[in-house]
Amino acid sequence: MSVATATVSGRVTPKLSLDRRYLPVIGTVVVFLLMLLVGGVRYENFLSPAVISNLFINNAHLIVLATGMTFVILTGGIDLSVGAVLALSSVITATLLQAGIPLIIVLPVALLAGSVIGLGMGVMIQYFEVQPFVATLAGMFLARGLCFIFAPQSVPIRDQGFVSLTNWGLTVGRWRLTAAVVIALLVVVGALWVLHRTRFGRTVYAVGGGEQSATLMGLRVARTKVLVYVISGTCASLAGILFAMFSRSGYALTGVGMELDAIAAVVIGGTLLVGGMGFVAGSLVGVMVLGLIQTIITFEGTLSSWWTKIVIGVLLLVFVILQRILSLRRT
Amino acid sequence: MTRIYKHRLFWPLVALAALLLACSIKRPDILGITVLDGHLFGAPIDILRNSAPLLLVALGMTLVIATRGIDLSVGATVAIAGAVALTFIASSDQPGSLGTALGAIFVAVGLCFLLGCFNGLLVAKFGIQPIIATLILMTAGRGMAMLITNGQITTVTSAPFSSLASGFLMGLPVAAIIAYGVYLVVSILVRRTALGMLLESVGINPEASRLAGVKSKTLVFTVYALCGLLAGLAGLIFASNTMAADANNAGLFIELDAILAVVIGGTSLAGGKFNLSGTLIGVLIITTLSLTVTVLGVSPLVTSLFKAIVVIAVTLMMSTRLRTMLAGLRERRRFQEVSA
Repeated sequence: MSVATATVSGRVTPKLSLDRRYLPVIGTVVVFLLMLLVGGVRYENFLSPAVISNLFINNAHLIVLATGMTFVILTGGIDLSVGAVLALSSVITATLLQAGIPLIIVLPVALLAGSVIGLGMGVMIQYFEVQPFVATLAGMFLARGLCFIFAPQSVPIRDQGFVSLTNWGLTVGRWRLTAAVVIALLVVVGALWVLHRTRFGRTVYAVGGGEQSATLMGLRVARTKVLVYVISGTCASLAGILFAMFSRSGYALTGVGMELDAIAAVVIGGTLLVGGMGFVAGSLVGVMVLGLIQTIITFEGTLSSWWTKIVIGVLLLVFVILQRILSLRRT
Repeated sequence: MTRIYKHRLFWPLVALAALLLACSIKRPDILGITVLDGHLFGAPIDILRNSAPLLLVALGMTLVIATRGIDLSVGATVAIAGAVALTFIASSDQPGSLGTALGAIFVAVGLCFLLGCFNGLLVAKFGIQPIIATLILMTAGRGMAMLITNGQITTVTSAPFSSLASGFLMGLPVAAIIAYGVYLVVSILVRRTALGMLLESVGINPEASRLAGVKSKTLVFTVYALCGLLAGLAGLIFASNTMAADANNAGLFIELDAILAVVIGGTSLAGGKFNLSGTLIGVLIITTLSLTVTVLGVSPLVTSLFKAIVVIAVTLMMSTRLRTMLAGLRERRRFQEVSA
């Protein structure tokens, strides 16, 4: 982040200058802090540990979704299926647990469902040249249809092991961490490591920056493009398990439109939809911003819930125009 | 024979025929049309009428996609149109008069046109990616519709307005006449003038078109505005069908169905060449699909599974990769036959 500049005397003085790549993320962080500030000034108990803890607890599944979505968007693709895959994995978890199948088998099966759907979509996109939008739309319809085949009604989860996993929590003072939050944060850390410390992560950025150049450089473009959809699918089914922990049930209609929340979080987090630029950490802050809007509107009390949608829309507009101005300056 | 097989609309038409065939195997008399009180009735007429809103939306979507764009906000626009029109009627002194109905239609369509202009402005003027630009209105739009109806489901009674969806003209449903009429006008406009070709050139290469003197920005702006207007019309038909403005559910997922219809019809999301007759077939496939599912006695909730199967099948059959793979297989078999 710091660039060394040589002065006339030949001495090297470190000068702090920001890398352009970080600007959108910093913008998001500033908005997040401003919202915290406004909330803190306006409402009592807003800046309490309970509110902040709940921000994570209520959005754990969305954090995981947005993390997976970031991989896909970084390659310049899009994944519309994540909301439906989330529902599918929560329904699979609930139905299998109800059938008395042990937890140790249920969880991998539910996870694998998302990976398989992601693999199918990735193959369609890479090898049959179907556009990502269409292929993942098909995946969305497929997953949603399968949900209703497994269970048209909501299925409660009463399995002892699962319930105790749900109840597990870490309480420090008035801060609370549930198992779901821990898993979600671990996923973010894992994603950070993969994207910034592995060859695969570099290839993801390279593919988004320019697929043809990446191919010419001898990078494994095809494998990477399929894998990001597998990652996104797996993240979506993991988010489904987290959502099942949150609601203690599996229902075929959960997560309708959640893919848009995930995309909005990624965009607000500063990732460009054309690919090649963006950070998982930004997506995490993006999710927090979305969650905070919800919290503020709840605190406001007199505002109806539909204002949430309008505020998210306006925020998207502002961010997108700001990003546009930034990228115009860059060129 | 191979020429028919290779025609770009071959597989979509096969899918449509298969759906209709499945219906008539289960109920042989389903495709008949009867005349009752001077109106035509029957499943084909139902398909025509039910397909009206989707056709309007898909028509606008085709033109937007031709310019390499996409419009995710049409569902929200549909909801806004219904909310505005019915709130206008509910708040007027004479809800039943023709003037009120016309006023409602005018205000609603006008507002939707402006919303389309907003999308066009973001895409054409600011150069924001279409998917994100229209995602804004998609997210905020339903909230706006809720704001207009105050979170309630507004219901009204207005004979002239309800005739939009349930009325008949010359034996045919009014909704179908409007939608197919608009479809014809737009088709003639883009295919009998240079407009269609200009749209394709913008979709294939916006920069080159601009250098060649095509007003890319104006064209792109116009298609988004038109798409908003058509979505508004579709919203009026929706609202008139139920006479209730449901801000949450009106036009839910219609953007996805419209995009599906366009893709099934053989127009690539990558922009450029577009195919209005293909879109029409795509719309008919999607509308027939829900009829087929009902006739076959499958739970309507599973419809999305069938949609997925149709989409995957049609897009894979149209992909060049699979075609060359199949052609390679045929070649090899012929070679083996010859050598044997």
